[in-house]
Amino acid sequence: MKKLILSTAALAISAGMAMAGSHSVVRMGTEGAYAPWNFINDAGEVDGFERELGDELCERAALTCEWVTNEWDSIIPNLVSGNYDTIIAGMSVTDERDEVIDFTMAYTPPDPSVFLAMDSGLDVTSGVIAAQTATIQAAFIANAGWSLVEFSTPEETVAAVRNGEADAVLADQSYLASFAGQDGLVLLERQEQIGGGVGMGIRESDGELREKFNAAIQSMKDDGTLNTLIEKWEVASTFQ
Amino acid sequence: MFSYCIDPEVLGQFRWLSCYLTTGKHFAFYGSFATVLILLAITAPTALAFGFGGASIARSRIGPISWIGKGYIAIVRGVPDIAFFLFFVIALDQAFEFARHKVICPEWNEPIRQGSDFIVCKAAKLPLGNAPQWIHETYGFFLAVLTFAIVFGAFAANVIFGAMRAVPKAQLETAEAYGMSRRQTFWRILVPQMWVFALPGLSNLWMVLIKATPLLFLLGVEDIVYWARELGSTKNAKFTSYPHGDWRMQYFFFLLVFYLAFTKVSEVVLDRIMKRLTHGQATAGGEAQRKAAV
Repeated sequence: MKKLILSTAALAISAGMAMAGSHSVVRMGTEGAYAPWNFINDAGEVDGFERELGDELCERAALTCEWVTNEWDSIIPNLVSGNYDTIIAGMSVTDERDEVIDFTMAYTPPDPSVFLAMDSGLDVTSGVIAAQTATIQAAFIANAGWSLVEFSTPEETVAAVRNGEADAVLADQSYLASFAGQDGLVLLERQEQIGGGVGMGIRESDGELREKFNAAIQSMKDDGTLNTLIEKWEVASTFQ
Repeated sequence: MFSYCIDPEVLGQFRWLSCYLTTGKHFAFYGSFATVLILLAITAPTALAFGFGGASIARSRIGPISWIGKGYIAIVRGVPDIAFFLFFVIALDQAFEFARHKVICPEWNEPIRQGSDFIVCKAAKLPLGNAPQWIHETYGFFLAVLTFAIVFGAFAANVIFGAMRAVPKAQLETAEAYGMSRRQTFWRILVPQMWVFALPGLSNLWMVLIKATPLLFLLGVEDIVYWARELGSTKNAKFTSYPHGDWRMQYFFFLLVFYLAFTKVSEVVLDRIMKRLTHGQATAGGEAQRKAAV
């Protein structure tokens, strides 16, 4: 009995100490619907480039990490209100987002955005273009003044082209590449350079965590493991 | 799950399907049906309680109290559900954390709002940052229940408020003539009789509630529609052992069957309740029942 009480007390103390440490568990928020960046695998777990990257970063930064999925639409509000601690969801670093949250250094170079369409001769300026809501691509089309249809998931944007609702979809090359060649879908030659690389989103007040991840990303860049990962998942070009 | 599932590519159609339908992901899909049913089972009575409370307050003879009730009904009914779900839940979560923060960490001297960030001390976080995932999920689930209850409670309050006024005045006057107090009249005469007027409106609400569960994913709670969309989306052979095209149609058809069956069962049950409630009431339905029995 005494032993039991003692061990309970020890447990309570160590739990208290764990809580005192600033981030005992880092919750990694992702979308889980954007292969090869992040997706849900057959076992129902988060998988993909960012899963592997995130796990490696956490190990290097000596953090315990846990994965959660959240809808893209509400992914930033849920970060700032503290439901998870990072966004690692193929999110491009933009000035608009940077006003609300902070980003780590980019862990992939900018990935060009490409158009996927049924007709390879399509003139995108006069067609209806699909994009996911609240993405750099959606903002780009809106600014260019083309006709834009928005969908809440990446899958729906591609489906819209398949069933003729939109003439083309604009998204990251890495995402659309796997659809090219299926059901008559083709990548257009035209590419757009938007966005400044993909980084992890972190609360502005969480500078310490940001520094830890920055250091981990830098160390992966330095020893070449980051490039190996990028090549393995074909998410972007590699760092020079 | 089965021993022959190691290399699904070489399997025949039936075996392939048996493997495909027993992946971990599919079990998550099946589990989400339970999530939805439990959510409904908890939300419906809670919303009804909110509705009953709201209607009772709105009926109050004291002006300011009745304004609270009427304000609640008017505001919640006027705001789109999705706005409620995006902002209200986060606000609710922050309100809880703020309250805990005030109690647990009085010595905290940094601002709670830093830009767009909402920072409370670690011990006040709900759930605690190092809690296991299932606690986070349960917490999100109950936030969802509460939000659903508040939203649907307002609609229910409106229905019940109307039903209370539909009870014939003569009944209440008779009760008063028998010397019952206001409270006695309310509980013994008004409430038992108003359900029959409220039920058609409430059953409508129930049907709407059944179909409102996809709003759950805004809170990170994965419901059946989320999983159907996820499972049905195009699967590239690079990322799965079970590649397939866009199967959302099939999955959504399955959901259609589920929802239709569910609404059918609800209808049958609600019809029975209606019959029960009509019994002995001074309404056309009650009169018809009485005549049929004679």
